[in-house]
Amino acid sequence: MPDKHGRFGNFGGQFVPETVMPALLELEESYARLKNDEAFKEELSFYLREYAGRPTKLYFAKNLTEHYGRGRIYLKREDLLHTGAHKINNAIGQAILARRMGKKKIVAETGAGQHGVACATVAALFGLECRVYMGKEDIERQSLNVFRMRLLGTEVFPVTSGTGTLKDATSEAIRYWVTNVGDTHYIIGSVVGPHPYPMIVRDFQKVIGEEVKEQIMNLNIEKLKYIVACVGGGSNAMGIFYSFRNDKDIIKIGVEAAGKGVTTTEHAASLTKGRPGVLHGAFSYLLQDDDGQIIEPYSISAGLDYPGVGPEHSFFKDSGKVEYKAVTDEEALEAFKRLARIEGIIPALESSHALAYLEEIMPKTQVDESVIICLSGRGDKDVDMAVKVMGGL
Amino acid sequence: MSNLSEKLQGLKASGRKGLVVYLTAGYPDYKATLETALAMEEEGADVIEIGIPFSDPIADGPVIQKAATLALKAGATTTKSIELIKEIRKASTIPLVVMTYVNSILGYGMEKFITSFAQAGINGIIVPDLPLEESGLLEDLCKEQGIDLIQLIAPTSTKDRIDRIAKKAEGFLYCVSNTGVTGGQHANYEQIGSVIESARQVADIPMAIGFGIGTPEGALAAARYADAVIVGSAILEKLAHEGIDGVRGLVRAICVQLDKESGRYEDSSKSR
Repeated sequence: MPDKHGRFGNFGGQFVPETVMPALLELEESYARLKNDEAFKEELSFYLREYAGRPTKLYFAKNLTEHYGRGRIYLKREDLLHTGAHKINNAIGQAILARRMGKKKIVAETGAGQHGVACATVAALFGLECRVYMGKEDIERQSLNVFRMRLLGTEVFPVTSGTGTLKDATSEAIRYWVTNVGDTHYIIGSVVGPHPYPMIVRDFQKVIGEEVKEQIMNLNIEKLKYIVACVGGGSNAMGIFYSFRNDKDIIKIGVEAAGKGVTTTEHAASLTKGRPGVLHGAFSYLLQDDDGQIIEPYSISAGLDYPGVGPEHSFFKDSGKVEYKAVTDEEALEAFKRLARIEGIIPALESSHALAYLEEIMPKTQVDESVIICLSGRGDKDVDMAVKVMGGL
Repeated sequence: MSNLSEKLQGLKASGRKGLVVYLTAGYPDYKATLETALAMEEEGADVIEIGIPFSDPIADGPVIQKAATLALKAGATTTKSIELIKEIRKASTIPLVVMTYVNSILGYGMEKFITSFAQAGINGIIVPDLPLEESGLLEDLCKEQGIDLIQLIAPTSTKDRIDRIAKKAEGFLYCVSNTGVTGGQHANYEQIGSVIESARQVADIPMAIGFGIGTPEGALAAARYADAVIVGSAILEKLAHEGIDGVRGLVRAICVQLDKESGRYEDSSKSR
């Protein structure tokens, strides 16, 4: 748990304008009250189960396991959720929270569009007015998701300020929230932002790991050696790691986007290559120059293309609870193709980063050991991008 | 009392309303920032606020965002901004405050940042993303260097927060006029007016209203509730479209209006 100032060790905090401080305190209070409220918990679990499709399967990937010929590989199938990614877990939780706080409007930012679609979906479901800020560049590379959001009745606002990507969309969503804080709840899409957001988003995502814990027992998985998840802001990774954070025998690996390589300037590996600083209200690892100017990240995957990372991941890195690595666009694309060909599952490019890391760890496993990959989302949204990069197959 | 509050308290004692003017360091270039700052002092500005350009200015509206982006593109750096402060200080004794985001301070090195700016001659520092809860980060360092850490209150601040913030306030209390970002137009200052009234009951410190004040009339309306007004985006827009002369005109016109509010109708700009 974060301390009363919202710190995970040194990381986190509330670096926001005074205008929103009262709203953060209100959110913190409401959440503290609601999270143990039986009716709230029941409503949340109802929608997760009946609407989103939880629990998701922990699928034994037999073909992929045979492909490597070493340990057993399991996929946590978040890609099978309604809207196609784990983002819906948080969106449902926060929409119910917003309603119970009496807020009729929600605002969100989105990178790949998955969080935006999840918010647009719950807005339609619960009759909330929704606006989503999205970088102009992301709107171009994720046009399918833009259409989905609009179809669901959400207004999508292109962001051209700064560099016109996720970080700028986040700033713009925060600015809108600052201006309309009275009737609007801000649904941040990852375990980032000022306290209490990293904690709230983690709590709504930790269901992933809680299910895995149960499934491990049911499937008699005895020697679980690795749990691997991709990390942009880090919500799916936090969701699956959290229940295992104190299990020293299981190696948790967060995989960042190395883009064109961590030795180039074009990557999004905040934990691997950044240093701590403040962006969007929290102190955490950050890609920045000597003057503290934020460096524009790069990744083929819009969902990982963020210069910061959740503060609890920074804490996990420094305390050694989780290892953080990075894989390149090229490696992720190979894994994308591999899973499609071998298992008949098209993964999101984000999740493909976690899958790519199998190349590194599978040779280090024994046949009786197991590996779990968080398959955070499905890849339909990435097909346009894949066509562009991979060309004709 | 610091130079900054001394100056503003002095104005208050004489029944005059103060004017704080904002420029983004290095926009459109450092020479222009220096010349404009000095020109504004000549026209009657009482305090100059220099914004350190940051890539992700969360509290700023489109005008200041754009100025920051262009300044950075033109090669603005923290080191050059420190030089700018020194240059202004060489030519003037006007109270100077810098407006900067937390990460500019951390990125450059907290101690190095505060010490360098203090030695260059600033009197105060405004950090819009450093609320009460986090201000412990800089308090001691600012005190050590003899500069005021300016606190902000907003229309959304609760009574309890207003009290705690006002008690900590140094230099002046920055009263944010609206829920939102810098720039834009805003006509209703009643809400922040009542927040200011609460603050006055706990602290005897000059109150300055900022955000969305862009015209002489707006300045006049805001000044009724405060001891000073802060004008930023409107000055940058003038600078972009009409150059230094345009800025001079705006600052002069605002001063004339403010002096009316102060009961001085004639030849006001010279009396400042």
